Amino acid sequence: MSPGDHDVLEPPGGHPAPGEPGEPVLVVDGLGKRFGDHEVLRSVDLRVRRGQVLAVIGPSGSGKTTALRCLNGLEIPDTGRVAVGSELVVDFSGGASRAEIAALRDRSAMVFQHYNLFPHKTVLENVLEGPVVVQRRPRAEVTVEAVELLRRVGLADRKDAYPFELSGGQQQRVGIVRALALRPTLLLFDEPTSSLDPELVGDVLGLIKELADEGWTMVIVTHELQFAREVAHEVAFIDGGTVVEHGHPDQVLRDPREERTRQFVQRLLHPF
Amino acid sequence: MSPETLELLTSSFWPMARGAITGTIPLALVSFSLGLVIALVVALMRLSKRRWLSRPARAYVSVVRGTPLLVQLFVIFYGLPSIGVVIDPWPSAVVAFSVNVGGYAAEVIRAAILSVPKGQWEAAHMVGMSHAVALRRIVLPQAARVSVPPLSNTFISLVKDTSLASLILVTELFREAQQIAAFSGQFMVLYLEAAALYWVICLVLSAGQSRLEQRLDRYVAR
Repeated sequence: MSPGDHDVLEPPGGHPAPGEPGEPVLVVDGLGKRFGDHEVLRSVDLRVRRGQVLAVIGPSGSGKTTALRCLNGLEIPDTGRVAVGSELVVDFSGGASRAEIAALRDRSAMVFQHYNLFPHKTVLENVLEGPVVVQRRPRAEVTVEAVELLRRVGLADRKDAYPFELSGGQQQRVGIVRALALRPTLLLFDEPTSSLDPELVGDVLGLIKELADEGWTMVIVTHELQFAREVAHEVAFIDGGTVVEHGHPDQVLRDPREERTRQFVQRLLHPF
Repeated sequence: MSPETLELLTSSFWPMARGAITGTIPLALVSFSLGLVIALVVALMRLSKRRWLSRPARAYVSVVRGTPLLVQLFVIFYGLPSIGVVIDPWPSAVVAFSVNVGGYAAEVIRAAILSVPKGQWEAAHMVGMSHAVALRRIVLPQAARVSVPPLSNTFISLVKDTSLASLILVTELFREAQQIAAFSGQFMVLYLEAAALYWVICLVLSAGQSRLEQRLDRYVAR
């Protein structure tokens, strides 16, 4: 263990005291978005407390990924509000400014379904790009931190490799490290294991679970119900552009109140 | 081969080589460099959502590609003086060739930028980059790799097209050939020699293209 590697892995803001729910880190109110005639999000409300994990489930085309992307400004909603932490509130209804979108991106980091690593940069460069180029932190300091993060996901010896030389599971772990290195308040995962070969899914889910145990605040769009039940503090089921049901994972996934949730969960558990 | 022919070939070689070194090659290099700058600007304008940027870019490409290079050269060198704009042969050629390359290469660069997956833009924005930074650090380097083969084509075409500059009195390889041919009457020998010289230049360029491609391909699976 090198000195200082502890703070590297700690989520910013630290852990909430055991048994005590943290203050809300993410508050989403009335998010609405249409693409042309198609209303993708009707009115999405979400809440996540510090150190908690929200799993978002729902059929394809339900708007769950769009909702997640709105939290990072990759989609700009037409209406609604997103608050991250105590001081940032972005109200999209009046049109958000560039500075507000930038602030949103500064506080959240996303892990993509297709990894989206920069293919012309090495693993280490992929991780450094945000902290050094955008956040203007000293390269030497960030490098130490990045190598530490890579070591922790078992990829320190691959730091000079290019993404094409890595397996899907390794690429996604780099994707996660790239997000962590930005020191976000909020980690966003967009179906992080959906493009992985089945035998590689476990590694990535295991890593995400570790991060959850360490107290990172996360929103995870996923189809892995078992994982959601084990890791999430709360599950939201989105369908037709709105949150149909949300609550404790055991309740939503085992004993859903809504018929639509029940049907969806059944279909995933018994595909044929 | 008769001794006289051999003698003609050797005595004409240096004037032609000089024409290539002081005319053809610098003309091609300067015009291509300027052309690439024009092309990048035009490509970005064409990709813009703002009509007032994309429309003129589209018109530019249309005019450049829709008119012969020789006509463009003549308009600039022989046409412009009639409205009071007199430009020397060399700069005239540079302007015409740059404008021409700008039109063709703009389309290459535009297609190359579009070939970079949307997820790259998104990942760049996710780490906090502005549009301009994402373009410079993430998208253009990847677009560059894709555009090397078609841009090499454009460059090689340009090298050969510089022979048109002989018609506006620029001293380059082909003008030297023409002058010696007219003087000696040995058209076949001298024009074949000129052709051979162009070919050699293009062979060197093709080799350069291969090396550049290899270097830019180091980060993709083969």
